[in-house]
Amino acid sequence: MSENGLTDRALRVFRHIGSLGESRIAAAGAVIILFWALVAIFAGEIAAYGPNAQLVPFQPPGASAPDGGTFWLGTDHLGRDILSRIAFGSRTVLIYATSATAAAYAVGIVMGLAAGYMRGWIDDVLSRVADLILSFPVLVLYVVIITTFGPSGLNIVLAVVFASAPGIMRIVRSLTLDLSSRDYVAAAETRGESAWYVMFAEILPNARGPLIVDACLRLGYTTITIGVLGFFGLGLPPPDPDWGGMISAGRAMATFAPHMTVFPALAISSLVLGLNMLADGLREISMKD
Amino acid sequence: MAILARTPADGPLLEVRGLSVAYATRAGEVRAVTDFDLTVGESEAVGLVGESGCGKSTVAGAIMCHVGGNGRICAGSIRLRGQELTRMRGEELRRLRGAEIGMVYQEPMSALNPSMTIGRQLMEVPLHHLPGCTRGIARARALKVLADVKLADPERMMSAYPHQLSGGQQQRVVIAMAMLADPSLLLLDEPTTALDVTVEASILELIREIRQTTGTAVLYISHNLGLILETCSRVAVMYAGQVVEEGPVRQVFEDPRHPYTRGLVGCVVAPGRNKASNPLKPIRGQVPLPHERPRGCRFGPRCDHFLAGRCDAGSVPMFDAAGSGAHRVRCLRWKEIGREAEPAVADSPPPREAQQVVLRSDGLKKYYPLYDRSVLAVISGRRVRWVKANEELSFEARRGQTVAIVGESGCGKSTFARVLMGLETATSGRLLFDGADLAGLPVRRRSEAQLSALQMVFQNPDETLNPSRTVGSQIARAVRKLGGEKGRDRIAERVHHLLDLVKLPRGLAERRPRQLSGGQKQRIGIARAFAGQPAMVVCDEPVSALDVSVQAAVTGVLTDIQRRHGTTLLFISHDLPVVRYLADRIVVMYLGQIMEEGTADEVFAPPYHPYTEALLSAVPVADTSVKRKRIVLEGSPPSVLDPPGGCPFHTRCPRKLGRICEKERPPARRTESGHLIRCHIPMDELRKVEPVIKSAIC
Repeated sequence: MSENGLTDRALRVFRHIGSLGESRIAAAGAVIILFWALVAIFAGEIAAYGPNAQLVPFQPPGASAPDGGTFWLGTDHLGRDILSRIAFGSRTVLIYATSATAAAYAVGIVMGLAAGYMRGWIDDVLSRVADLILSFPVLVLYVVIITTFGPSGLNIVLAVVFASAPGIMRIVRSLTLDLSSRDYVAAAETRGESAWYVMFAEILPNARGPLIVDACLRLGYTTITIGVLGFFGLGLPPPDPDWGGMISAGRAMATFAPHMTVFPALAISSLVLGLNMLADGLREISMKD
Repeated sequence: MAILARTPADGPLLEVRGLSVAYATRAGEVRAVTDFDLTVGESEAVGLVGESGCGKSTVAGAIMCHVGGNGRICAGSIRLRGQELTRMRGEELRRLRGAEIGMVYQEPMSALNPSMTIGRQLMEVPLHHLPGCTRGIARARALKVLADVKLADPERMMSAYPHQLSGGQQQRVVIAMAMLADPSLLLLDEPTTALDVTVEASILELIREIRQTTGTAVLYISHNLGLILETCSRVAVMYAGQVVEEGPVRQVFEDPRHPYTRGLVGCVVAPGRNKASNPLKPIRGQVPLPHERPRGCRFGPRCDHFLAGRCDAGSVPMFDAAGSGAHRVRCLRWKEIGREAEPAVADSPPPREAQQVVLRSDGLKKYYPLYDRSVLAVISGRRVRWVKANEELSFEARRGQTVAIVGESGCGKSTFARVLMGLETATSGRLLFDGADLAGLPVRRRSEAQLSALQMVFQNPDETLNPSRTVGSQIARAVRKLGGEKGRDRIAERVHHLLDLVKLPRGLAERRPRQLSGGQKQRIGIARAFAGQPAMVVCDEPVSALDVSVQAAVTGVLTDIQRRHGTTLLFISHDLPVVRYLADRIVVMYLGQIMEEGTADEVFAPPYHPYTEALLSAVPVADTSVKRKRIVLEGSPPSVLDPPGGCPFHTRCPRKLGRICEKERPPARRTESGHLIRCHIPMDELRKVEPVIKSAIC
């Protein structure tokens, strides 16, 4: 029985992926994201050199390396191969952007469900707290949090959660308010289900459509945020590769070594573009139904 | 309305021949309507009936040459006074839509622009369609047409926004808009389905008057056979994209030749029909999707007279059933199938001896506070106003009985259901169920036994099930919570048993709600409610969103389970024929108060409360052998926020006595048998009132 359910589930997942083909924009976005995911997984194979190996500085793209290889995207001021750094940097971005967004969602969903379903004082308190956080400029929040607790992967995640959970909460809350009035929620209540069951089994699964679209967009913002933090020197501590940090390092030399900034910038923008396209496409597909 | 003698044409007004309409969908091109023929003469009223999904609205769209972005008219011709519409484009078509064909939609709220005043929306029509029309002329015409559709105070109406009007008023505005250009053909697509019966009656009256004064031809699309019978002279019955029977309305009703028409007529609750003596005969199965239509006769799979090899051989042409071409039918066997004798009406079973009382409502009140935070309210000290949703409800329900609560929308019947289920708590009063007072007991504080003893079937089939889970798992959850079953196999067994109970195939358990039809979803809802052997089930309009053919099947399932388990049903509905058919006792509510209460026979025969009388007379009857009295109520029910003093019904009552009705609450008068009427008119006088529905034969 469970095996059957498993193949069923697998079939459904494939059908969902297949439905991406209905929107060209979604398919294109998914291809870009898949590309970066593959780069991250096979970074070790793609990168000809270690991400922190110092070879020949300021080589232009396509220059040949002393060991007979080629610096396809050139090298930076410390002689590190930019292609290798971008490849390894994609791991950082994908891991931290995904985990930060996921964590923000976990917090935002719980808050939003509680506020939208329980109403009353819980809603009042949570909504006011959310308003308070949302009234600060996001960048200031990030800078304050990270300068206070120090730049580290975990702190980046915490900062993203703190700054974006209220926004997610608002979306979840409004979806919950709408879904709470459905008859199947009343049916669950009249058979004595707990509030937790109603929130997570009856309401949340039916809010997933808009939430998935929003999650794609938000993943894009988080990617930019991590880039921006890296640019300000608040990202991952050096020397580990970080796209934002790479742009920042190349900034002063942008006039005579533009490849140092252009390629990491392209990497960030293409990933964000892919996520935004996927979000747009998913919205388009969901409108069709 | 300006009545101009229309230039008499030789041919019919509208002639549709061989129309096919297709929609491009994910599954490829779907032919919603194929080979459709229809003729509407000048000033004629033609009805178009059929279950949902038969293509009725697509036909209306095609006549307007508006089939949506993914639709296309792929064959056939539509001629209006000889002009071919399907080849018209742009400006020509626009002129035609504005001047010759008017359309009235089902949902008046979505047919009006919420951000524009009624006046502006009405004035747009002549401004765009009449050459050289000034604002002054447009305004004058708009005012006149508002007066024509019997809207009080047209001046004020001009500056109102749609949301400030009631549903009935909105529909009048939509009709006014359609009539502004003085069209020769009016398309009415289920214009009263979203409205209350009393409002429906007044809209029908209005359409009748408009037709008399202007001679506009009408194409009336509806699933309500009674309505078609009352408004139209000819009817076309549609099934799976085709007309299957067409003819004079009385002839089609009295002597239906196509098995589908016969099935539809058999599903309709006619007066005097009763679940025990004359049960409804549902049509089995459902309308096939366009790409699933069978070969040959499309009704074949659902037909009792289906002959393999003959009915599925090839497409079926229309046959002339009357000899004159007036009554045509698309059935190969129409000559062979006689109208079976109706089963003799059995005597109704003897009334069951009084069973124990399951539910007793005793002076139940539910008020909702409404906080007014405006400065004026703070100064005047009137910051809280009360919505009196339920006022002093007292009645009882016995074991195995069906008690119906009827009334128009906003009368508080659903509020009572919510209080009973514990989704709300009562303001005061008692609600004794099985010995315990539930009035102040929210659902979270009820015991497991209380929860499983009292369950509910909901109204909206699309909302009653969680769309993300399989229906089987949803029933299983109810079995676990309410039936107290443990163990996978035991639960699976019980789920199958419940599916059998509601007459659904067991394989459906693996499906998701969106793969089911509306009737199937409602049955799953019923199965879920009966998971724990409830003593009482509250049914909140369980069939009002379903087609007649499906209604019959779902009510059949409900009464069948009730008989087997001795469950008490509390049936909340605005549909009087269904209530008459199902209920043992009836409670008539108006503005949160009980106006009349008694057995079904008592309520449906004099003495009536004047409100019950008006309700009964508003229902169109799908039976050619009866005559019904017409009482059209003026206006819509007053707001519960500011209910009239004295008798709540006095503002609309056609039998109002005078000052006493405005000042004093009417006394509750009871006959010896327990029939209660709350009216100032003495019982003896009410008894003299003529019955609303009279058999024309006797």
